Amino acid sequence: MDNMITLTIDGVSVEVPQGTNVLEAARKAGVHIPTLCYLKDINEIGACRMCVVDTGARALQAACVLPATNGMVVKTNTPAIRKYRKTLLELVLSAHDQKCLSCIRSTNCELQRLCRELGVENGDAFKGVQNEYAIDDVSPAIVRDNNKCIVCRRCVAVCQKVQKVGVIGPVMRGFKTAIESPWGLKLNDMACINCGQCITACPVGALHEKDDTAKVWAALQDPSKHVVVQPAPAVRAALGEEFGIPMGTSVTGKMVSAMKRLGFDKVFDTDFGADLTILEEANELVERVTNGGVLPMITSCSPGWIKFCETYYPDFIPNLSSCKSPHEMVGAMVKSYYADKAGIDAKDIVVVSVMPCTAKKFEAARPELGHNGLADVDIVITTRELARMIKEAGINFNLLPDGDFDSLMGESTGASVIFGATGGVMEAALRTAYETITGETLEKVDFEAVRGTAGIKEATIKAGDLDVSVAVCSSTGKAAEVLDAVRRGEKNYTFIEVMACPGGCVNGGGQPIVDADTRASVDVRAVRASALYGEDAGKPIRKSHENPEIKQIYADFLGKPGSHRSHELLHTTYQKREKYTD
Amino acid sequence: MDIYRAHVLVCGGTGCSSSGSATLIERFNEQIAAHGLDKEVKVIRTGCFGLCEAGPVVIVYPDGTFYSHVKAEDVDEIVSEHLLKGRKVEHLVYVEHATHEQNAEKKLDDINFYKHQHRIALRNCGVIDPENIDEYLAMDGYKALEKALTTMTREEVIDEVLKSGLRGRGGGGFPTGLKWKFTYQSQADQKYVACNADEGDPGAFMDRSILEGDPHAIIEAMAIAGYAIGASQGYIYVRAEYPIAVKRLSIAIDQAREYGLLGENIFETGFNFDLNIRLGAGAFVCGEETALMHSIEGKRGEPTARPPFPAVKGLFEKPTMLNNVETYANVAQIILHGADWYAAMGTEKSKGTKVFALGGKINNTGLVEIEMGTPLRKIIYDIGGGCPNGKKFKAVQTGGPSGGCLPESLLDTPVDYDNLIAAGSMMGSGGMIVMDEDNCMVDIARFYLDFIVDESCGKCAPCRIGTKRMKEILDRIVEGKGEEGDIEKLEALAETIKATALCGLGNTAPNPVLSTLKFFRDEYEAHIYEKRCPAHHCRSLLQFKIDPAKCKGCTACARACPADAITGTVKQPHVIDVKKCLKCGSCMEKCRFGAISRE
Repeated sequence: MDNMITLTIDGVSVEVPQGTNVLEAARKAGVHIPTLCYLKDINEIGACRMCVVDTGARALQAACVLPATNGMVVKTNTPAIRKYRKTLLELVLSAHDQKCLSCIRSTNCELQRLCRELGVENGDAFKGVQNEYAIDDVSPAIVRDNNKCIVCRRCVAVCQKVQKVGVIGPVMRGFKTAIESPWGLKLNDMACINCGQCITACPVGALHEKDDTAKVWAALQDPSKHVVVQPAPAVRAALGEEFGIPMGTSVTGKMVSAMKRLGFDKVFDTDFGADLTILEEANELVERVTNGGVLPMITSCSPGWIKFCETYYPDFIPNLSSCKSPHEMVGAMVKSYYADKAGIDAKDIVVVSVMPCTAKKFEAARPELGHNGLADVDIVITTRELARMIKEAGINFNLLPDGDFDSLMGESTGASVIFGATGGVMEAALRTAYETITGETLEKVDFEAVRGTAGIKEATIKAGDLDVSVAVCSSTGKAAEVLDAVRRGEKNYTFIEVMACPGGCVNGGGQPIVDADTRASVDVRAVRASALYGEDAGKPIRKSHENPEIKQIYADFLGKPGSHRSHELLHTTYQKREKYTD
Repeated sequence: MDIYRAHVLVCGGTGCSSSGSATLIERFNEQIAAHGLDKEVKVIRTGCFGLCEAGPVVIVYPDGTFYSHVKAEDVDEIVSEHLLKGRKVEHLVYVEHATHEQNAEKKLDDINFYKHQHRIALRNCGVIDPENIDEYLAMDGYKALEKALTTMTREEVIDEVLKSGLRGRGGGGFPTGLKWKFTYQSQADQKYVACNADEGDPGAFMDRSILEGDPHAIIEAMAIAGYAIGASQGYIYVRAEYPIAVKRLSIAIDQAREYGLLGENIFETGFNFDLNIRLGAGAFVCGEETALMHSIEGKRGEPTARPPFPAVKGLFEKPTMLNNVETYANVAQIILHGADWYAAMGTEKSKGTKVFALGGKINNTGLVEIEMGTPLRKIIYDIGGGCPNGKKFKAVQTGGPSGGCLPESLLDTPVDYDNLIAAGSMMGSGGMIVMDEDNCMVDIARFYLDFIVDESCGKCAPCRIGTKRMKEILDRIVEGKGEEGDIEKLEALAETIKATALCGLGNTAPNPVLSTLKFFRDEYEAHIYEKRCPAHHCRSLLQFKIDPAKCKGCTACARACPADAITGTVKQPHVIDVKKCLKCGSCMEKCRFGAISRE
């Protein structure tokens, strides 16, 4: 191939495509170049300088921003470079809050790991003054501790470039440079969508989820409370990583067992809620299509996306499906349908959602998401928080037997489990909508066109006489591209799925954190999604409307999709939001 | 056009303006009118004359009489004596430092400060009214642009600049012609020329003076560059702290547009070119080319990695050719007189002249333009007049915060890009600060590092954190709290920052420390190990003492002391209580017997 070039890195000859940077070329040559700021394709700015290499040029060059050229000879491991890297790490440490033992990222910190790997012995070698920052913990979802920030700007890049939100950036200059919001506002007072992509990009403990585990422990401890837990589809695809289980392994059974051992009174499944969502959403879509409603209809499962739409694209609010997100639906059903059946006062029920998502914490606090003065969902914890609870409780996760969800809202279909991957909601909806529209049985349930990790996917599905034109986008940045095209009249869709996080919920801001090196060589989104598609394929029932518990809940309680009671309990409203609150 | 028998040139540069030259001009006009001379004598506000130490300066032509330190109340005398009666006012005439000679007959070029200079970039500064395009035109202004547009191909223009050997005067020293060539070679629908007028080195003000004194020279050169590389739009990025420069530049751009020297179809050749001014907010790092371009684009002013170089992808992602003000100031002359003329001046690898801003402990502070290769000694002594008050020369700092301090043993170094680097400093943009025996070199290094710490953009870790840590170490050394190992720590940090920082400013940030460590290591050691400042400068390490043998007991010192630290009875030797002493030096100033010393 003529667009391939060959270079030599530490004596190893390697062939890479033109345009590859030296850091990636080195990875291919089996040479690990340390870095703190680099996040492949997202943050390539050469700021931390850990990756400097010797190319024989007058000065050392940062490998992450240096294009590989044909015949280039690179040295990454000279005594001088090793010395500089160590000094750089010592400098970074000198400006870093080194309370590592109690840090949420201890043992999963890229700075800590590099210090160990590069043999830094004295964290105080260049001890000096440190900047002191107040911790921003006002947001219901995200906590920022700039005392730990190493100013690598990964969070800034992901927020600006991937999500096109851009509520954080570097302020001040020199040693006082900090990642802040405009005018020193708190994250909560701005158009932060709470997606948490900044958290999973952060190499250290400067960004983390608001920890709500104490609330869960307290509820579990309270004998007057009936505590119901529900995990989202994507949680089972990633929770195992926290316990050393290979990425892409579905751990549904162990997760359920762990929840039971933690003392939850009932373990329901958000997947059930996903099936319920599909029934309501497919019905809404069919209604809109047949009755001339606002199109394209856009999914509403992703709370990061919802806040993004309310803030940046409020003209699309009428396009949003009025369906609550699956866990909110489950919450609403637990506090009505289940409370009735079990004879428990809804006020005594605590609904805990375990989500791959930080934005769900914000969502659960929306006043419109409740009934009779009770919130549908009381506490949201992330996958990471659940893992911490399991560890704290001394449960040996890896040895747990597989457990089963509790009945009434524990049954789910293959359609619901793929909600956790981009395109999953679309595929699940199409499986049901197809049969609703045509009245025929859908034989081939796999819609390959909407699968995969591409940021924008398009397809046209034939349902009888109807051509359903759909788009699937993941990341709010990609959603913005699609909506801009719709606004300009260049694109015309019937149905759009949006997930705020790239790759969908499997890559959500509440999921186990994967370091930049691994992210550069493994497509986390695809590997985790494969666990979900595997579950889907293995399920006896793969269409939401065939879920027996769903059939039961409509028969016993809701009537039919779109019924009055459905609207009362399962649908919601949205509001235009200002970018900054006063 | 009116003909006048005499012209009064008053310096309107920033230095003289701040010492009241605007009032002088008003006063001259009033007095000249009062004496009925307003049809005979014309007052002109020029750009900077260069000899800022003597400001405000006034020259009366055709005599060429050079008046210095002129005050408003002197104006009446100059008008009534010199302009009315033709009698030069001897006592206001400039005094030569070296000889104390005050000679009204001496022309500007006979004065020591000027006679060793060769003014190309500064050719019109202090000569013409910068707000009047006709005066520039009268000095062959825009002739080079006409020549380039009407008689030369784009390649020939680039070739001329290349052959002249002109190198970037902003500090990098990159061959200017090569930059033009690379940008010319880039294919794009739009290209830009840009001018770096974000002069930020402490003590350097040649770019300001050129913009204030000869703005059309920059406009003409940028138009020539635009023609050569194929750009129709230029940007001048100038510091907002240079209001006079901005004003004169704006006037000049308007006048050039009015005369058809900017705009469409210039010299009816079909060449279109226009200029816009962009104000910088005063960040030092915005002098770095990528940072400057981000700042113009409205982004945070901080550097990005190269490649891609601006010649390929610069302003608004288009090929951009950025030169410094002083570089541009040479261009029209090169086109007009030819590359050979220019290349005949200077040394093998550094052609032409360079402007330096002389400052610090030197008699003739100001701007000087000398031929490349002139030895430091000649600049400091023959032009600068040496250190004031008979103090002993200790070092000269060149290159601003990126440069270094050279000791007396290197004074014979010929000044050019390569020799200065070989000596352990650099050319930089041309700041030249002289230090005498009272300057502590550790404190000097600390001063420059303090500047860097303030000005670091904060993007890369070594500059953001490393320079701060170096500064902290220097702080404790001058405070007498230096520890064993501090020098080694400074060296380790300096080496790391130099090798790993993202941009040129970071790479060179440790230079003031490295060069002082190289030439004045003993001063560092004295501070750390002996808790002593050899220059008797660092307050924490000073002790004031009264020599009982010399003290007459006059009590002047005790009365001057703000801390009541001096005790003693009249006519008996006094004593300083070191615990109470604030080390302010008031006692020493008051003692008429030289009995008090700093140790």
